Amino acid sequence: MTPDKAEDEGNEDVEMVEIFVMGKRYRVPKGLTIMTALEYAGYKFTRGCGCRGGFCGACSTVFRTEDEYKLKMDLACQTAVEDGMFLVQLPFMPAVRAMYDIEEVEPEEHDNILLDHYPEIARCVSCNTCTKACPQDIEVMDYVQAALRGDVERCADLSFDCIQCGLCSIRCPADIKHYHMAQMARRITGRYIHEHSDELEKRVQEIKNGEYDETMKEMVEMEIDKLKKTYEERDIREEG
Amino acid sequence: MKTKASDYETSAMKVMEKLGQPLVEMEDWYCCGAVQSLTEDDIMHQIAPIRTMCCAQEQGEDEVVTLCDMCYNVLRQANDRMKDKEDDLETMNEFLDEDPDYEGGVEVYHLFHILKGMEDEIKDAVEMPLDDLVVAPYYGCMLLRPDNVAVDETEDPEIMEDMLELLGVKVLENPKRTECCGSYHTVNRSDIVEKRVEDIVSYAVEEGAEAIVLSCPLCQFNLDFHQRATDFDVPIFYITELMALAFGLDIDMKNHKIDPRSLLKEKGILE
Repeated sequence: MTPDKAEDEGNEDVEMVEIFVMGKRYRVPKGLTIMTALEYAGYKFTRGCGCRGGFCGACSTVFRTEDEYKLKMDLACQTAVEDGMFLVQLPFMPAVRAMYDIEEVEPEEHDNILLDHYPEIARCVSCNTCTKACPQDIEVMDYVQAALRGDVERCADLSFDCIQCGLCSIRCPADIKHYHMAQMARRITGRYIHEHSDELEKRVQEIKNGEYDETMKEMVEMEIDKLKKTYEERDIREEG
Repeated sequence: MKTKASDYETSAMKVMEKLGQPLVEMEDWYCCGAVQSLTEDDIMHQIAPIRTMCCAQEQGEDEVVTLCDMCYNVLRQANDRMKDKEDDLETMNEFLDEDPDYEGGVEVYHLFHILKGMEDEIKDAVEMPLDDLVVAPYYGCMLLRPDNVAVDETEDPEIMEDMLELLGVKVLENPKRTECCGSYHTVNRSDIVEKRVEDIVSYAVEEGAEAIVLSCPLCQFNLDFHQRATDFDVPIFYITELMALAFGLDIDMKNHKIDPRSLLKEKGILE
C-alpha cells in the first residue's frame, strides 16, 4: 500500500498526518497509535508486539517529533502518532541477565545481593536518563540508588510497575541493566521480605486439585463477546 | 554506611542524639561516586553529588553533614566547584533539564565540623572515661586533601586528637596518620593495600597503640580486613564507637573483622 493510495482510500472526513518510518514517508489517519499506524502503512508485526494494552513491554519505540531535538521513548501501542513524527520499532533488547538460585539469595545473608549480581549499578552517575526514558513513569534512577544502598524492598516497591521494556538500559551511559536487576529485587522481596500468603498457597493447591478445570474449559470454549462481557462483569474484591 | 559500615552510622546517630544535636537522614540522596573526578571538562561525574545538593535544597535545607570521609570529599569538592565556576553550574543546570536548578546555596560539612563546636557537650556526656585505652588516630587522605576542603591542618591535623582526649583516651602521636590506606585499590590490587596496612599498623603497634581510630568507612575496611595479611590484630574503631562507649551507649560493633570486644573487656569498658 503506497502512502497516496492510503489517503485516497480513506474517508475524506478523516484527518491524515505525515509520519516517517525509518526515514520513509507515510500518510496515516490521525488518532492511530504508533503500532496501528505502522500496520496501516503496511508493516506486519511478527515480533516486538505483544499485548497491545501497555502491559507486556514488547513494543518499545524510539521517536522524535518535528522541531524537537530530543529523542523520545515510549510503547508503540500506547502512543498516538503526531504529524511529522520520525519513528522506529525496537524488536528486542539483548540485555544481560544474572543467573541465580532464588533459594540462595536471602538478602540478610549478603552485604548487598543486588550489587553482587549486577555490579555495574555502582557505575550510576545519577544522570536520570533512565527515568526520562521510562514509559511507565517509574523513578528508575531512584530504584538503582536504593539497590546500591542494599535496600532491596525499596528497589522492588519503586520498580513495581516495570514491564521490562528495556528502554532505560539502552539509554544508560553507564550500561546498567536496570530492569533485570529490579526484577531480581522484586523476586527477592516476594521470596524473603513480604509476608507469606496463606491464601496464595491455598489457591495454588485448589488449582492443583483440579477445582477450576471445569471453569477453565468453559472459558476456553466461550464465544469471544461473552468472554469479554464475563471479564468486564467479574467480581473484584478488595484484599483482606 | 547502610551495609559494611553500619556500625559507623548507628553509633554516630546515637552519639549525636545524646549530644542533643540529632542527625536526620535526608529523604532522598544519591551515591556520590566515592571518588571525585578531577577532569576539568567532565561535568557528568559531578551530577551525582550535585543531585544530593538539589535534594537538600528541595527539602528546604541549606546544610548537609556527612559521616563518610569519601562522601564529604566528593560532595564538598563538587559543591565548591559549582559555587566557584558559574559556567559549570550553568552546564549542570542545563543538563538537569526538567529537574529544578541547583542554586548553589547548600553547604557541606563533615561530622568533625559539627563535633568541633561541641567540646562542652562531649565532656558532659562522658559517663565512663576510657582512661586505660591507648589509641593511634588515623585521618587518611579524604579528610585532609586537597587542602581547600581539609577539615583541619593538612600536614598537622589535631581535630581527632582533641576529640579523643575529651573521652579520656590516651592518644599517641602518629606521624603516619595522614598516609593513604590504599583506598579503592582494595578492589583489585590488595597487594598495594596490604603494604600500606602493614606500614600503618606496625608503626602504631610499635608506639604502643592498642587500637586505631578513624572516621572513614573505606579506611576502616582496609585497615581491619587487610590485617589478615599481617601479624597484627589491632581493632579499628570509628571515633563515634569510642564516643558511644564513653557515653555509656549500647552499640553492637557487628561489622568488625577483628573483634574489639576482648580488648574492651580487658580494659573493663565492656562487661
